[in-house]
Amino acid sequence: MSAPMATNETLPARAALDQEWRKVVNHGLLLALVLVFVSLANMPVSLDSRMIIEPMLSMGYLSLLWIPVVMGFIVSSEKVLEGIAYHAKGAREVLAGGLVGVIGGLGLSLLVILIDNFNLRDPLVNWSPALLDLLQFGNGIGFGVIIWPVLGFGLGVFGGALHIFTAMTRTIVGWVVGAVLGVAVFETVIIDLLTERLPFEFITDWFYFIRGGLSQQGAVTAALIGGGLGYLRVLAQRGVVPTPVQDYKQLVGPERTRANTIIIITCGVATAILPLLLGRITNELLANVGLFVLLALGLNVVVGLAGILDLGYVAFFAVGGYATAILTSPNRGDSWPDWVPQSHWFAALLVVILLAILTGLFIGAPVIRMRGDYLAIVTLGFGEIIRLLFLSDWLGGYTGGAQGVTNIPGVDLGFVEIKGTDPRAIFYLVAVFCALAIYVSWRLEKSRLGRAWMAIREDESVAEAMGINTVNVKLMAFVVGAVLASFSGAIFAAKVGSIFPTSFIILVSIVILVVVIVGGMGNILGVIAGAAVLIGVLGGPKQPGLLAEFSEFKLLIYGALLIFMMLKRPEGLVPNVRRTRELHQEEFLQDAWLRSQVDADEQDGAASGEVAPA
Amino acid sequence: MTAAVRSKAAPRTGVDWFLTFMRVGLSFFFISGVIMFVLQQIDPQNPIAGVLNPDATGLTADQFEGLIISGLSQGAMYGLIALGYSMVYGVLGFINFAHGEVFMVGAMTGMITSNKLEEAGLWEDAFFVSLVFIILVAIVCSTATAVIMERVAYRPLRGSPRLIPLITSIGVSFLIQNISIVLLGPGAKAYPSLPEWLSQKRTVLFLEVEGTKLMVILVAAISMAGLWYLVERTKTGRAMRAVAEDKEIASLMGIDVNRTIVTTFAVGGAMAGVAGILWGILFRSVIHTTGFLPGIKAFSAAVVGGIGNLGGAMAGGLTLGSAESLAPLMVLEPWGINGVSQLRDAVAFLVLIFVLLVRPTGLFGERLSAEDRA
Repeated sequence: MSAPMATNETLPARAALDQEWRKVVNHGLLLALVLVFVSLANMPVSLDSRMIIEPMLSMGYLSLLWIPVVMGFIVSSEKVLEGIAYHAKGAREVLAGGLVGVIGGLGLSLLVILIDNFNLRDPLVNWSPALLDLLQFGNGIGFGVIIWPVLGFGLGVFGGALHIFTAMTRTIVGWVVGAVLGVAVFETVIIDLLTERLPFEFITDWFYFIRGGLSQQGAVTAALIGGGLGYLRVLAQRGVVPTPVQDYKQLVGPERTRANTIIIITCGVATAILPLLLGRITNELLANVGLFVLLALGLNVVVGLAGILDLGYVAFFAVGGYATAILTSPNRGDSWPDWVPQSHWFAALLVVILLAILTGLFIGAPVIRMRGDYLAIVTLGFGEIIRLLFLSDWLGGYTGGAQGVTNIPGVDLGFVEIKGTDPRAIFYLVAVFCALAIYVSWRLEKSRLGRAWMAIREDESVAEAMGINTVNVKLMAFVVGAVLASFSGAIFAAKVGSIFPTSFIILVSIVILVVVIVGGMGNILGVIAGAAVLIGVLGGPKQPGLLAEFSEFKLLIYGALLIFMMLKRPEGLVPNVRRTRELHQEEFLQDAWLRSQVDADEQDGAASGEVAPA
Repeated sequence: MTAAVRSKAAPRTGVDWFLTFMRVGLSFFFISGVIMFVLQQIDPQNPIAGVLNPDATGLTADQFEGLIISGLSQGAMYGLIALGYSMVYGVLGFINFAHGEVFMVGAMTGMITSNKLEEAGLWEDAFFVSLVFIILVAIVCSTATAVIMERVAYRPLRGSPRLIPLITSIGVSFLIQNISIVLLGPGAKAYPSLPEWLSQKRTVLFLEVEGTKLMVILVAAISMAGLWYLVERTKTGRAMRAVAEDKEIASLMGIDVNRTIVTTFAVGGAMAGVAGILWGILFRSVIHTTGFLPGIKAFSAAVVGGIGNLGGAMAGGLTLGSAESLAPLMVLEPWGINGVSQLRDAVAFLVLIFVLLVRPTGLFGERLSAEDRA
């Protein structure tokens, strides 16, 4: 029997010392490296001010402590494909996790000794006494050297032990951790929501410490709630308790349509009511998220649906912003002739749409026939050229050069003026345009044009052979993306009141790309979720998010996230079904092949009356 | 599959007309700018010369010489970086967007090492030994960066759709930049000042050249010669060329494809490391974004010279470097555009777009396997 064994039964657990030592040492060294890097990146020190649980755990320590757990888990997780023998987990996994943790901890001990004895502050800016003090828990060098291997062992053992927990325990542990972290991270929003308009101070007083962070009783309560929800989840998975999601999935035909309508209306009403309950800061955050949702939905059409990697997407955002600014501000460049009117925002919007279409065609046409990767670089070049032109003295008379355009008025609706000082109004404006963008993307995805885009994404030559005019269809993708981005630019101009070339650097394009990819290319819901998670929690290129302390590290995290997603889950958090199949075609084929082999083996076995040895 | 070939078979569409218009327009823009410049150089009172820009001042012979030399020295650096793009594109068929960051790592390690050497007092006293030493250190670090990058980020993605490794490489580039920020701080860092005797001007043949720029061009030429020897005359080089031609057949011929790909990354990384040191010596300042623009420009240079073509990459680098240094004054200024030095980078991108529109295979022809060409 040559093919891999088909096993529903598992092999017996191995003995604790039956380790693959090399793997353990490699993972341990990697862990040590990561821990030392995180320390030298100054994460522990600069995040130490943000408390998770007062007074026990700060985000600074958390930034170190979660890593051994994860590494302890990964060292003994193996990819189990269909038909591959599966070892039962046991003491071996726990010990492996612990050993990895010890090696990693030794790395930090070494760092403590080195910082204590040498001064490498010249190249490494964070080689500081503050870091040393934090790594010793303020208790002197000996304690610092001993504590890390011990802590590493404990955390690694916990990570390894996750393998031997039952699925139920694992789910509950996950929910508990998630609930505590979630309640801590969303502190600002929760306090804002419960106390700004609603009289629920007693809840926030129970959960949160005065100077920020969860209080101890709050943490315990959050953990209990999380555990309870996790238990419900387990019951739901076993079918004991019905869940709304399962009910929804079973609906078909008109009933499903009705359910959809109800969901959409509920979301709409929630979006309308929520800002009223929230205060300034949270509304500002929501408005920023909204701007990026709009941008990401546009890029989703270009990258997610049509499969064109446009790295100069910020150009359209810039065109929208600058056109609005120039047409509405009294303080624009001096070189404009008198017949260019100073108009209302909505009148300017019409011009913006027109300009966006023209820019989309102008940038799209030359690149449309290029190879995908050349296209990426050339669009990036266009993005830079447009920014440099806005910045230059040559066009300075029109665009204000480095001084930008200031005094941009808000959107005057007659009864109220929407401007940056009122983030709630801005959010409503953004929400309207987001709704429009969502509707357009959703209709386009199902349309003839949308299907043409997906065909091109999957195979351009075949699409062309099927009679699709690839050039026109790709240009349409550019144009739709450009118009959506220019909307965002127009609102951005009205929101911030003055715009400068530095708001439109390439970084913005890349952040939007990360949002689309992490959320899920080609999936509207995914893109919205991606924008909410990344921009809302970590923050945009210039905008702070919920974790304002992370501003130094958010771009680092974006980069790491982009690589991680591409390697492990290219379809994104909320995947698009068709896209997933494209990306994992080989795995699907391999699974199918294995399954067919297994079937053949079983028939073989049945025919000759043998029983497959385990 | 150029647009020109296609248009013979298919009827011309609006896009074709637009492309033709852009080709003609850009050519007209470049050529007429240069003609105007030449006319003005011949006789500043020339009535035609002043049509577009009455204020244009033209260049003196010294200025012109200076621009060419600085263009060539920067171009030599672009050429060295471009080799990495070109070789990786030739072998794997994707743009290693993070190659510019490999260059930045070289420049950063050079900064750290040279400052340490200066503290020890060796930088001035034994300049050439120190220079060789920092070049070696930079080569080691850049090579290590490139190899780790390949192992961690690109190898698992081999055979996936074309855009996936490109997006990953954008992530890698982003990550390395930000690692540099969090470890070394966000500000610009300076190289120690060069010895007096080096930066003096000296006469070579009939040109007056600053010693630093001369040294940059020399080091680039030596590295290029070394690379040429490696690729054309050694067994490793033959393996690299074979893998670029056809990976499957190469592996059937007994070549370890994985190892050859790693070698390709390593050699490209080493060249980028040398270029990093040259950058440090030319500009004496390095920051985490140092790798970004030179990286993109070097890619443009690789395309201009014909991707996959090593001699072409070097020639493309020199072309792009000189174009970038000359074109603002020779093309933009005669057209009456002021503040031209701000538009240097825009010119570099414009050259890339122009070359891709007019001759997408580059000036010296690309060398790719059939599957990568599609």
